[in-house]
Amino acid sequence: MAQKDRTLLAVIGDEDSVTGVLLAGVGHVDERQKKNFLVVDSKTQVSTIESAFQEFTERKDIAILLINQHIAEKIRPTVDKYTQAFPALLEIPSKDHPYDPSKDSILKRVQKLSGD
Amino acid sequence: MSGTGPREAVFPTRQALTNTKLRLKSAQNGHSLLAKKRDALTMRFRAILRKVDEAKRRMGRVMQLASFSLAEVTYATGANSIAYLVQEQAKSATFRVKSRSDNVSGVILPAFESDRTAGSDFNLTGLGRGGQQILKAREVYAKALETLVELASLQTAFMILDDVIRATNRRVNAIEHVIIPRLDNTVKYILSELDEADREEFFRLKKVQGKKKRDAEQAELLRKALMAEEGLDPNVAPKVPDAVEGFGADDEGEPRSTDLLNSKDEDVIF
Repeated sequence: MAQKDRTLLAVIGDEDSVTGVLLAGVGHVDERQKKNFLVVDSKTQVSTIESAFQEFTERKDIAILLINQHIAEKIRPTVDKYTQAFPALLEIPSKDHPYDPSKDSILKRVQKLSGD
Repeated sequence: MSGTGPREAVFPTRQALTNTKLRLKSAQNGHSLLAKKRDALTMRFRAILRKVDEAKRRMGRVMQLASFSLAEVTYATGANSIAYLVQEQAKSATFRVKSRSDNVSGVILPAFESDRTAGSDFNLTGLGRGGQQILKAREVYAKALETLVELASLQTAFMILDDVIRATNRRVNAIEHVIIPRLDNTVKYILSELDEADREEFFRLKKVQGKKKRDAEQAELLRKALMAEEGLDPNVAPKVPDAVEGFGADDEGEPRSTDLLNSKDEDVIF
């Protein structure tokens, strides 16, 4: 399966989250100088976040995409439309924004389905 | 008779009937098999659902712990955070995932496993201040990531199962509401056509029998009339003259009158 080639994680998050994740060894720069992480701060444009999201979900070597929940909020429509199985999309909390299950788009699908 | 509604286009023969019955049987088998598969998958699905839910909540707590340890690092290394350094250091990922295929009642589900290679990023930990904290933070984050990887596996399994269950459900419904009624209608149609053909046959037979009977009666009447004309006893069956006995006298001594030219057929006009 093509999933054998998916070995990397990717992260779109605020500085602290990205630092922590990178510290664990997730960071990767490929031969085209493309990184698998994006640091989002208050000055980052929504379009930048959108295009990074698109890029990471289209890459064939990324297995899991981590995104801070409050950043996912900014591109909520795009995230809600995301239905691919790979890369797996995971919403993680950040230091200032604890995890809120009611906003998680995956959990919303779960709730919708467990309701029927 | 029912048989209205969509049915297959077949000639209503007995062989077609056998064929259609066979197909109906296998459609029913397929339906029950698929329904079983769908139920098994749904059970699995609900189990995973619960696991996903609680794993996500656990993750919230784990990530909080991790960010505390990172805060400690910042505290230990002084005002500057190590963010910039860490970002520059990232060249080749040491924390990767391996994918594994699980087979769950016929559905292939991928699962992720954390795969850590011994990294070359120890230059950070040699920092005079905070080397210890950085090491600790790394470990905490690594643990957190492992939880996240598990969670991601569960999540993908969940989404794939969801798709498969939907597809199976569609097939079950299709068989139940489209294919089986069609085959049913076909069987009923063939049966009704065969029955009607039987009835027609029976009716025809009866008619033919009736006609034969009438013909026989008429022939009998004609014979009696002829014999009365000839003066013979109509109740005695006429002896067929054979070559030896010839055309002489019969048993009673009377000349047998089988003069063909004189005897008339009733419906001869001239």
